[in-house]
Amino acid sequence: MDKEQIDKIVAKYHGEPSALIQILLDIQSENRWLPGEALQMVAEALDVPLTRIQHIATFYKAFSLVPKGRHEIHICMGTACHVRGASRVLDTVEGHTGIKPGETDLDMKFSLETVNCLGCCALGPVIEIDGKPHGRMAPAKALEVLKNYE
Amino acid sequence: MPRINSPGELEAVRREIESQADRAKPCVLICAGSGCIASGAAEVIAAFRAEIENQGLAVDIGTKGTGCHGFCERGPVVVLYPEEICYLQVKPEDVPEIVSKTLKGKEIVERLVYADRATGEKASRESEIPFYKNQQRHVIGSNVRIDPKSIEDYMALGGYTALSKALCDMTAVEVLGEIKKSNLRGRGGGGFPTGRKWEESRNAPGDIKYVIVNADEGDPGAYMDRSVLEGNPHSVLEGLIIGGWAVGACQGFVYVRQEYPLAVENLMIAIEQATEYGFLGQNILGSGFDFKVTVHRGAGAFVCGESSALMTAIEGKAGEPRPKYIHTAIKGVWDRPSVLNNVETWANVPLIIARGADWFTQFGTEKSKGTKIFSLVGKINNTGLVEVPMGTTLRDIIFKVGGGIPGGRKFKAVQTGGPSGGCIPESMLDLEVGFDELSKVGSMMGSGGMIIMDEDTCMVDVARYFLDFLADESCGKCVPCREGIRQMLKILTNITQGKGKEGDIERLEELAEVAGYAALCALGRTAPNPFLSTLKYFREEYEAHIRDKKCPALSCKELIAYYIDPNKCRACMTCSKQCPSNAIDGGKNRIHVIEQDKCTKCGTCFEVCPSRFGAVTKISGAPVPPPIPEEARIITRESKQK
Repeated sequence: MDKEQIDKIVAKYHGEPSALIQILLDIQSENRWLPGEALQMVAEALDVPLTRIQHIATFYKAFSLVPKGRHEIHICMGTACHVRGASRVLDTVEGHTGIKPGETDLDMKFSLETVNCLGCCALGPVIEIDGKPHGRMAPAKALEVLKNYE
Repeated sequence: MPRINSPGELEAVRREIESQADRAKPCVLICAGSGCIASGAAEVIAAFRAEIENQGLAVDIGTKGTGCHGFCERGPVVVLYPEEICYLQVKPEDVPEIVSKTLKGKEIVERLVYADRATGEKASRESEIPFYKNQQRHVIGSNVRIDPKSIEDYMALGGYTALSKALCDMTAVEVLGEIKKSNLRGRGGGGFPTGRKWEESRNAPGDIKYVIVNADEGDPGAYMDRSVLEGNPHSVLEGLIIGGWAVGACQGFVYVRQEYPLAVENLMIAIEQATEYGFLGQNILGSGFDFKVTVHRGAGAFVCGESSALMTAIEGKAGEPRPKYIHTAIKGVWDRPSVLNNVETWANVPLIIARGADWFTQFGTEKSKGTKIFSLVGKINNTGLVEVPMGTTLRDIIFKVGGGIPGGRKFKAVQTGGPSGGCIPESMLDLEVGFDELSKVGSMMGSGGMIIMDEDTCMVDVARYFLDFLADESCGKCVPCREGIRQMLKILTNITQGKGKEGDIERLEELAEVAGYAALCALGRTAPNPFLSTLKYFREEYEAHIRDKKCPALSCKELIAYYIDPNKCRACMTCSKQCPSNAIDGGKNRIHVIEQDKCTKCGTCFEVCPSRFGAVTKISGAPVPPPIPEEARIITRESKQK
């Protein structure tokens, strides 16, 4: 991300230091991760210490300090999905992709995350890939779905 | 959009909206809540728009994507207004038939109406379906008729008249008095009396005060706040403005999770529209009251649902709780008096002001008034959002509204209150739900998540699941929570993996006691509840795991093995083809055998084995029988011999 883009986002919040989290969220959603240089630029623009920005960037789950793969897999581990067997789905997806939650594979194909409730419990277990929910999952079915992504 | 400057003008605008030709014409209402969208509602809406246009009906019939209808199990839900014919699980390919048969020919498409799974009895109207019939939907009911992106829809149903009444016909103290009289209690967790919280803030010193909506719904398996905010954002906003007036606040915040993009979007639109009409801004409705609302998106931290942590997050810092010797109602955001209420609580406020505290108190029990929305999920036939009066029994909610347990399985427990709550066993199904009633049995109301568990759910694993969740979500500020939960999780994980030892239960109890007393905030103090309640009602399951290395529910992966009964296997190859780890040896006419060393226990074989064979079983606490010899595996089929 270049300085111009960062400045634009910071300007949207009138350079208010209290809007720090909102600014980081906007950068995250545009760039899909928070590069170190971007954090440095935000620190300068808002005049807040970089350590505080790093505190926030590591505290909240929405932020990623590493680049994401081409496809983001979110496996719902909400209670409803859990009692319907979500952990077996997670195990299978981990085995197939070779990555654990929070990781990205070496080909930058998949990033895997667990989430705590997607709010479509009727369809549980649910996995969401690039924002598209796939409902009533089972281990074998999840592998079928993953095959459609390149 | 005209700015409205007085109650008289509001009434005039409302009448004008009501009399618009568009309002009277028949309309197709399609649920566009997150659940139905996930089941394909967006495609259904597009199909209706196209088909109505195609058949030349666009002038006479409207199409509207509405807020969540609640019956997520059978989504996408479509209601044809004014007849209120309700079609369930509608697919885009059903649309042409609905348009030509029902909209044109007034004929019902039988296969799309509700049919009871057990009796086959049909119901073509939403109000006749048992799921809806047994509810009282005051808060979530309007969702069905409102396009959440249209303030006019909300106003047509009487929206913002409560605000006008509060600002122009009542003093702030009278509004506060009405809320106190209604005994409204917080819908987000603890059930603290809303009026008392407001009063404390109102009486606190300081000119600048805040009111805040807590829409950081983090309880996994609860999504009622999301549906209210997505489906009827103006009701929350109206409540917040009324609260601001009563408390004497100049600004409101909505703290909403960024994981709820539709809620954020609809809320932003609602704020914009309310500002244009003059329900927000300077001199609202000519009353002299100024009020503005700011949206703060939460970046994903469960602990931010806690009041002091949420307020710290609004200040732009890491959301860590602080000790609350002084209530946040007195010293909250930037040390100023701040009232924090949950989405559902705020949505109740306009109803109470418009209809009066006496109307509100006629529903519910002595100490818990009004209705409550529950998200009924897990092993239940009718997954969805359910609004019932407080005091309804768990049995009625689960069996009358929820339709019981699927697959003929037996009910085991219901978990309420999320990670801070507990599991309630079958023997207590006649418990009337209310704040105090649920606390008494070791659980809590929480935000209203209700997760139904059947006999296949392992209660030790449920306790481990919640502690795993909390260990991940603990902010780490205080030791009892950070270290205590981690140690409890370690021991519980060991137990579910067959590595439990004598004395584990006692050690867990000790850790639970310390966290319960000494943790800084409610997250840590209530963290032991899932363990304590499951231990109280299902102790024998803990003992079976520890002593016999057996999982009675046949659920804990490390304690079970899958086994194909050679007498039942008909070598149909369904399981061997679908096994993701190629662990099933067998072929055509050869009885299948699971190679235990290759098996990852994903359970696929168990799920896909045709029920008429039922050959795959789970074994726990006993050794797996050795595979039958190669020569005995051949099946000679009688039909082939003829």
